[in-house]
Amino acid sequence: MTDLTRLTIAEARARLAAKDFTALELTDAYLGAIEAANGALNAYVTVTPEQARKMAVASDARIADGKAGALEGIPLGIKDLFATEGVHTQACSHILDGFKPRYESTVTANLWADGAVMLGKLNMDEFAMGSSNESSYYGPVKNPWRAEGANRDLVPGGSSGGSAAAVAAHLCAGATATDTGGSIRQPAAFTGTVGIKPTYGRCSRWGIVAFASSLDQAGPIARDVRDAAILLKSMASTDAKDTTSVDLPVPDYEQALGGSLKGMKIGIPREYRVDGMPDEIEALWQKGIAWLKDAGAEIVDISLPHTKYALPAYYIVAPAEASSNLARYDGVRYGLRVDGKDIADMYEQTRAEGFGQEVKRRIMIGTYVLSAGYYDAYYLRAQKVRTLIKRDFETAFHAGVDAILTPATPSSAFGIADQELAADPVKMYLNDVFTVTVNMAGLPGIAVPAGLDASGLPLGLQLIGKPFEEETLFKTAYAIEQAAGRFEPKRWW
Amino acid sequence: MTIVDVRTPDPKRFIPGATGDWEVIVGMEVHAQVLSNAKLFSGASTEFGKPANANVSLVDAAMPGMLPVINEECVRQAVRTGLGLKAQINKRSVFDRKNYFYPDLPQGYQISQFKDPVVGEGKIVISLGPDRQGNFEDIEIGIERLHLEQDAGKSMHDQHPTMSYVDLNRSGVALMEIVSKPDMRSSDEAKAYMTKLRAIVRYLGTCDGNMDEGSMRADVNVSVRRPGEAFGTRCEIKNMNSIRFIGQAIEYEARRQIAILEDGGKIDQETRLFDPNKGETRSMRSKEDAHDYRYFPDPDLLPLEFDDAFVEALKHDLPELPDDKKARYVSELGLSIYDASVLVSEKAIADYFEAVASGRDGKAAANWVINDLLGALNKAGKSIEETPVSPGQLGAILDLIKSEVISGKIAKDLFEIVFSEGGDPAEIVEARGMKQVTDTGAIEKAVDDIIAANPDQVAKVKAKPTLAGWFVGQVMKSTGGKANPQAVQALVKAKLGLED
Repeated sequence: MTDLTRLTIAEARARLAAKDFTALELTDAYLGAIEAANGALNAYVTVTPEQARKMAVASDARIADGKAGALEGIPLGIKDLFATEGVHTQACSHILDGFKPRYESTVTANLWADGAVMLGKLNMDEFAMGSSNESSYYGPVKNPWRAEGANRDLVPGGSSGGSAAAVAAHLCAGATATDTGGSIRQPAAFTGTVGIKPTYGRCSRWGIVAFASSLDQAGPIARDVRDAAILLKSMASTDAKDTTSVDLPVPDYEQALGGSLKGMKIGIPREYRVDGMPDEIEALWQKGIAWLKDAGAEIVDISLPHTKYALPAYYIVAPAEASSNLARYDGVRYGLRVDGKDIADMYEQTRAEGFGQEVKRRIMIGTYVLSAGYYDAYYLRAQKVRTLIKRDFETAFHAGVDAILTPATPSSAFGIADQELAADPVKMYLNDVFTVTVNMAGLPGIAVPAGLDASGLPLGLQLIGKPFEEETLFKTAYAIEQAAGRFEPKRWW
Repeated sequence: MTIVDVRTPDPKRFIPGATGDWEVIVGMEVHAQVLSNAKLFSGASTEFGKPANANVSLVDAAMPGMLPVINEECVRQAVRTGLGLKAQINKRSVFDRKNYFYPDLPQGYQISQFKDPVVGEGKIVISLGPDRQGNFEDIEIGIERLHLEQDAGKSMHDQHPTMSYVDLNRSGVALMEIVSKPDMRSSDEAKAYMTKLRAIVRYLGTCDGNMDEGSMRADVNVSVRRPGEAFGTRCEIKNMNSIRFIGQAIEYEARRQIAILEDGGKIDQETRLFDPNKGETRSMRSKEDAHDYRYFPDPDLLPLEFDDAFVEALKHDLPELPDDKKARYVSELGLSIYDASVLVSEKAIADYFEAVASGRDGKAAANWVINDLLGALNKAGKSIEETPVSPGQLGAILDLIKSEVISGKIAKDLFEIVFSEGGDPAEIVEARGMKQVTDTGAIEKAVDDIIAANPDQVAKVKAKPTLAGWFVGQVMKSTGGKANPQAVQALVKAKLGLED
């Protein structure tokens, strides 16, 4: 029998419907792959084989009854940030030791309602803070990709590093992920996978451990554009339990794929040509422009003048919200508690031991920028910058641009434990330079693989769309995918 | 914020010190628990007196990934209260996070409103008096703002020798923080303000006003100054849950501050606690220890927005408030300002009065409610809610007087019986033979008997006609008070040959 884990979601869906194999067989294939690979890649922090098989058996029963859902029998990996009832939900932090919620996040509940099967929980940067998956309490994830002829371990990007690595290494058919400043798109670009961060409000945040509430959005990482479209359709919903979720019907994104881009206007923002950007990235961008032109789109140069302020403003807004969101991890009600001589001492010991270095750094930055006397200079100013960034995009869209094409990242994947990056957190933060603007403006953004760099590592392009026009992004990304082809890592693990 | 002094210093409120007169300045922040079935941002019940941690949802316990969703009824209650305070209603307001760590604050922040509250400036008219001349003084106290916020849970330090327990039942219950301007100039004004505010929220049904249960508590800001000078440094007395204690605390605090200033010292801005056993305030924390709450807009919640129609609908259904009621009692029922003030002071009293007065003489109803009912309740140490005499029973007594079945004097006895024993007034009158004697023959006989038995008095009455009253009294006595006094009077005068 062919390796079932090689199938895309679309292919598996068709063959399950045709009863070529069962959902249980498909799930077992993935469980086997995880068993074989996870020791090397560390993509999963917990695997739930019993639950997976039970769900798969239920899927088979529904398929037999002709009641198959949109994702019936499709085995998925879930980022550890999503609450999954009775299952490890720790945001890959020590401070949530042993936490198993009594509730299921809206996004995962939507997936199970459509028949999907949960394989387990995926590794990630602690509380989704990081761009390399190295801040996880459960250790770094290894990128399934290695530079040609090299055996150095590379990061899969972050914070959804486990999601991206698991999808790229065929340890799940697709994965949930979240994106606060680029945490879906950057790891997708580093692993040759497709990742979309939908418009803020498209997916419910209920049951997702909060990092920065005004920026956090859930989205899928998948092996191709069609699979991403299929997954987002199931994940997205309107949710009365999340005030910021938007009451709009969820379109059938798959319907948007294919066809000419004729009549579409693609904006190329000059401010995304940053200092020190490798020539390869510029070349890739030009290739993307050429492909879209070939597909019928009109290319226009645009200006997003406040782009350069986005990253510093992001690193004020996100830590500010995080410093408050993470206050609940105090050792009182759940997770880790380190006893102290009094309540203040207990808080200090618990939080000192429970949070990793990067999380502590951001809590401190956030606390600082919100404190009396600094609020106006930092937080309030950053919010103003945010408004200006949003306005830049609105101006471009108002002038008729349908989508904006940019590189997804300023480089390909870098090495695990990179000394230079470890020594300078700001360098690490620069990984998000092309992606944070999208979160700051609440827009949808998709990363799609577009080629390999000189050392054979994947590179991605990013498309940014108008609010709630994810269909445009899928259509355009599909055109790039058609032109660029697919990219698979060579198996070394 | 610029604080404007809207009051003219009034010598009758000055506090005499060793070195001259002083004036006390009082402002209050009142926390009033919103009457609602569910909490401000969760569906958990707000019912009082449930077992510890019975009313706790995932949101209240701040479980990871939980999100607040505004309870619209709490918003309506805040707007109703704002309308009752004749205040500006802000159609757009913002929820902020106030960050601090405490075990009974599971989120690590309280959701409150900092810069943009739901209700802006308003006012409350308090009425002081009557003075010796029987006059009332109406004073307008400014309201700075009203905002919605979450209550915290409760830490219990007496359940275990080394540990504290936390009860989250109250965690997330909606509070209205109602902030006054520093417009009060005596402890009496402060007490009157709190009493009036409590009456208003009770009339509106937006807070039960039960201070002993903690449904309403006040932080009282007190400072002193020489009359007419700039405001002094204030101290905040936290968490007062009795109107009487508010008065005592202000008195004590004003004298404490005056003593310090007269000794050449200065007041430190600080938070103080009132000890009701000692009748003193003591320092809790100084300004330097104050938290930096790091307020910022809660990103989990959109700004709170509603339209004019929302406000208009609430305005339309607003009940009559104490000031309007008082004015109506005076103008329509002809009550005195004093009587009207007593009757509207509590919604339950006004409701009682209106039930008695409905279809009856308002003045008579007012007299009976104020003098007899409230007097008896006061003597028995009961509140109006605990009255053993229902409005129906008191109304029946009034009806018996009106139809001359009983005399006013017998009515007092009847009231006492109903108060202590209960029962239907008409049946009691019937069963106990309390009916007024209106049979002229019987009264005539009684008058004749008294005249016959008292020839001396008959001789005197010619010269001194006021002695007729003595005969009336004797007749009433001999009939057990049941004779119709008007009939007795007429017959006595006729039989003694006196002019009317």
